[in-house]
Parts: sequence; structure tokens; C-alpha cells
Amino acid sequence: MSFPGTGLVKGLAVTMRNMTRRSVTAHYPDALPELPPRSRGVIALIEENCTVCMLCARECPAWCIYIDSHKDTIPATTEGGKDKSRNVLDRFAIDFSICMYCSICVEVCPFDALHWSPEFEYSELDIRELTHEKERLREWMWTVPAPVALDPGADVPKEITTAEKAVQKAEQVAPQEPPS
Amino acid sequence: MPDVLEALLRVVIVMVAFLVLPLVVGQVEHKAMAHMQARVGPMYAGAFHGWAQLVADGVKFVQKEDVVPAAADRHVFKLAPAVALLPYLVAMLAIPIGPGLVGQDLDLGLFFVLAVMGAGVVGTLMGGWASANKFSLLGGIRVAAQLMAYELPFVLAAASVAMAAGTLSLIGIVEAWSPWWLLWQAPAMVVFFVAGLAELQRPPFDMPIADAELVFGPYTEYGGLRFALFILAEYAGIVVLSALTAVLFLGGWHGPFEDQLGWLWTLVKIGLVAFVVVWVRVAFPRMREDQLQRLAWQGLVPLALFQLAITAVGVVVMTQ
Repeated sequence: MSFPGTGLVKGLAVTMRNMTRRSVTAHYPDALPELPPRSRGVIALIEENCTVCMLCARECPAWCIYIDSHKDTIPATTEGGKDKSRNVLDRFAIDFSICMYCSICVEVCPFDALHWSPEFEYSELDIRELTHEKERLREWMWTVPAPVALDPGADVPKEITTAEKAVQKAEQVAPQEPPS
Repeated sequence: MPDVLEALLRVVIVMVAFLVLPLVVGQVEHKAMAHMQARVGPMYAGAFHGWAQLVADGVKFVQKEDVVPAAADRHVFKLAPAVALLPYLVAMLAIPIGPGLVGQDLDLGLFFVLAVMGAGVVGTLMGGWASANKFSLLGGIRVAAQLMAYELPFVLAAASVAMAAGTLSLIGIVEAWSPWWLLWQAPAMVVFFVAGLAELQRPPFDMPIADAELVFGPYTEYGGLRFALFILAEYAGIVVLSALTAVLFLGGWHGPFEDQLGWLWTLVKIGLVAFVVVWVRVAFPRMREDQLQRLAWQGLVPLALFQLAITAVGVVVMTQ
């Protein structure tokens, strides 16, 4: 048995209850948001790690990474030896007006030259300013947070097990060698 | 000379109330509606919780270009906002806040106020017709239909109180009021409030300006200051409706310490009714045009007539 008008009263009750509760609005410019770990804000570059392998530029689905480089020859250290050549990075730029934040470049980089930073406040008035050159990408590196701690009970990281195995192997090969 | 000064003073006070109260209602609507929807509403204008938002809006409206559509009926188009706004100013002049605290005490106060409030709708109608826009015209026609439907229960409900009090003077009605009228005149109060909402085209009765189908109804072609005047008219209408409801049905300045704080009681009651206007807007969805008409003719008119009969019986019983 329902009386006519109960729906109307319910509607009024819902809105009144809402009014007495705290609103859920995030006061963004006054209070910064709490971003989850591994937030994809902006991509940072450690130029020293980059070998100009071009993997990131080729894998990028949006084609927003621009890389220029040239080859440097390192003269042979021994006489009659062969000259070595080395890639030198001239330009590394990411156009964030095209980037779709898929994270493929960060994952594909074999030398950990690219990292995600949670910084997101880099809007510009001119779209051309959104192309960050390598100096600017290097600056973002300071804002990259430390890696998230492992879950309790997680496997020991691959790097540590590999290193431990290497140590064991070395001890088996030369067990009686005294430490120098 | 003192008579002239006193009249001048009363007019100035009414004018100030006319300019301030609608803004207060508007600000309450901004903030209350926001919190009812789990938002915070304006926060920046005026530094403290956006108290100056409507002032900022006003400044913005003044700066805008005054556009009149080429095909519009220029003079009617330009006159419409004033016709919509002024009746509420005139109505405010006759509504008492306390014993003697009234712009102009009229013997036919109730009759005058109702007549003037009906005239306010003509401004919207003029705007709808003169804009030379199909949406405006449809909105204007809906305004007219709504006015026809809701004016009748509106006046009947007011007539019930006038009959109970035996006078058309608003001050006389408040003086005749006693608390048990809250029960006796309850149906009339509901009818009066609902019909008044519909006459102001406030949600859920905002079919004439239904933005999903009519863009903005009669106000579609308006912008800048003229648009602001229409909006101000809407809020002034809320104030007048709330004041009338408070004076006719809630006993105006009756309350504890009414000798000293009578005017405060009236203002508190007006504020409460205005809050309910905002509350109803947030809580209920817009009614369809046919539902609107059915509510008026099959719901409110019979209810108002029923109330008239009850009042008549009550008056006859009491006078014997």
C-alpha cells in the first residue's frame, strides 16, 4: 500500500540528505589531487641512457617521438686497431599534443631511458610548445618518483636473483681464492 | 512635506528590497542546489564561498552586446524585459512585512497583487512573440497556456483566504489569521504555492523554457542586460510568491515577540518558502506539457473549489 505523493517526498528527502553531507568536489587548483602510483603524467628522458636504438620512435602508435642522431667515430686505442663508431643523440622530442599516453615507448626502451612522471600541469597556449625537446624531457626526470615498493610476499626481483646466481657461480669456480 | 519624505523613504526601501532579495534568493539557489547535487557551487567570486557570484554575473551581462534580431519586432522586443520585471516591483510595494511596514497599504491589496502578478507573464509572452523565432513563439504560447491554466486555481486559493478573513487587505488578512488556519487553509496553501510556481515557470513547471526541446523558450533571442532582466524578474517573482504565501497562509508577522520582531518573522517565513521553491526545483524532473495541463485542470482547480466550499462552511459556522 503506497500513498500518492510518497515519491515526491522521497525526492525531497534525497536532495535534503545530500545537502547536509559534505560535497565530493575536488578543489583542484587549491588542493592537488592524490594521484595513484604509476600515474602517466609526462614522459621523462635520461639522455645518458639513450643509445638511439629508435625502438621507441618505431613502436609509437601516434608517431610523436622525433629522434635525430649522428655517428661519431672513436679512434682506435691501439695502433692498427679498428676505429669504433658510436651513436650520438642530437635531438629527442616528444610531441605531447599527439601522444596518447599508451606507455609503449616506456615499456619498449631496453635501457630504461624513458620514465613516467606524474606531473600533469604542462598545458600551453601555443600547441607548438607541447613538443618537449630533450632538455625539457631531462628536467622532468627530477619529478619521477622512486619505483613502487613490491607487494608483501612477492617474488624477489629478477635482477637480484640473477646477481645472486652470478655470485654463486663465481664462488664455485674459484672457491679457495682469497679476497684481495 | 513630511508626507512626501515618508513616501519617498518607503519607495526607496521597497526598491532596495527589490534589488537585494532576488539576488539573495539567487545566491541561495546557487549554493543550495549545488550542495543538493553534491557539488560546492561558486567558490571564488568575492573570496568567501562565492558570495559575489551574482554581482559578477551582472557585470558580465552589462558588458555584453545588445543584439536585436533583424526580423524581430524591435520595440516590443526591447520593451518585453521591462514589462516582465516591473509588475513584481509594483507587487512588492503592496506586500506588508509588519504592521504598518508596507510600501502602500491598499484596501484591495490582494486583488491588486494578483492582478499585477498576472501582468508579469505578459512580458514573457511579448518576448516570445516579438523574437521572430519559432522556439520563442512555441515557448510564448506555452507560457500563455500555462497562465490560463494556473491563474484560475491561483486566484481561487487566494480567494479562499480572503473569504476566511473577510477582507481583501493584506494587512487585514494577516491580522485575522490564527494558527489553526494552517490546517483549515492547507489545501489552499498547496494550490497557491504550486500554481504560483507554475506561473513563474519555475521547475518542475518550466515547460515553456524547456531547454532540451525549445532552446530557451521565449528568452532564446535575448542576451546581455535584457536577458539579465528576465532572470531578475524570475527571482523577483520567487520573492513575491514567497512573500504572498507567507502573508496569506503562514501568518506573516505572527510569532513569538511579534511586537518587536514581527518584520523578522515575515522575512524568515519568506526565506523558508523561497528555499522550498529552490528545493522543489532540485528534487523534481520537469513535467510534460500535457501533465502540466492535467495537473491544473484535474487536480488544482477541483481542489481549490473544494477548499472554497470548506472555507464557506467554516465562515458560516463561525459567524453564527
